[in-house]
Amino acid sequence: MENITPQLYTLLVFMVIGSIVAIETRNLLSAVISVSAVGFALSVAFLFLGAPDIAITQLVVEILVLIILIRGTILLDNTAVELHRDTLAVIVSLIFFGLILGFGAMIFGSRGFPEFGEPLMNVSRVYVMRGLPETHAANIVTSVILDYRAYDTLGEATVLFGSILGALAILRKDGKVAKKEEVVPA
Amino acid sequence: MKGLTVIVKTITDFVVAFIVIFGAYIVLYGHLTPGGGFAGGVIVACAFILLMLGHGKEVAFSRLGERMGHVLDSAGALAFLLIGWIGLAGGYFFLNVFGRGDQFRLLSSGMILPANIAIAFKVGTSLFIVFAALAVFRRRSFRSMIEDELS
Repeated sequence: MENITPQLYTLLVFMVIGSIVAIETRNLLSAVISVSAVGFALSVAFLFLGAPDIAITQLVVEILVLIILIRGTILLDNTAVELHRDTLAVIVSLIFFGLILGFGAMIFGSRGFPEFGEPLMNVSRVYVMRGLPETHAANIVTSVILDYRAYDTLGEATVLFGSILGALAILRKDGKVAKKEEVVPA
Repeated sequence: MKGLTVIVKTITDFVVAFIVIFGAYIVLYGHLTPGGGFAGGVIVACAFILLMLGHGKEVAFSRLGERMGHVLDSAGALAFLLIGWIGLAGGYFFLNVFGRGDQFRLLSSGMILPANIAIAFKVGTSLFIVFAALAVFRRRSFRSMIEDELS
């Protein structure tokens, strides 16, 4: 396998910059576009890592989310956001960031990071070895999510069904708003 | 006037059929090439969303009505559950009891192909309906709010 570390680091730096811009910008539309740029870079990173299945899904969902968010933010009159910082929130997030760094140093500090993709787990080894002969599906990802773990996928579909039902129920009330209902001043 | 300019409408008419065909390809060949029911369903939903953005909601709803969308959404979810129940005939929930076929052929790998199609219907129609809910209903309520304020 060729060395892809420089490409991945370039994408990582791009994604970090995009995230910081998305947080710091005051315009809501710019923030949405920055978040989408991060998502597209993540999709390219999946391509470099040899996961075209996830790259396709990430790309397509990112496009859909971008359209929906732009459609949602462009209707607002005031797209600028007041930038005020809550001191408590900053302190809490700093504490959690330090905890994550501390635990990471505890776990990986002595041994160092493992090689990329090196500890191939027993379960995934079985899938890779026996996926094609057992399910006759050339795409190993599909054979995992729709054959070995189809029950899991049924749970996912149920979650999607329920969440869409809930979103429609909430938005529906907004759509059929009565004429005489009091208008909340923005 | 509903929708965007005539340039956008012409290109939309030209492109939508190809997007739907590409989404169907991603779904049907999900067990052979990268892709699958989820990605292909979202691509088909994107075609309908493009139609809605270019032509306005009337044209998009005439192709796939709201009630029809709900029916297809629920039918996809139920079909996926039904595929799981068919596995009970062999002894286990979601057991792959269909014939496996030859490797690398379109009609192979048993229940994976129908499950992909069911998930594509479920994901595609539900995402299209949610976009319609976010775009159309919300705008209608904004208009009615403005009209209320003016009157």
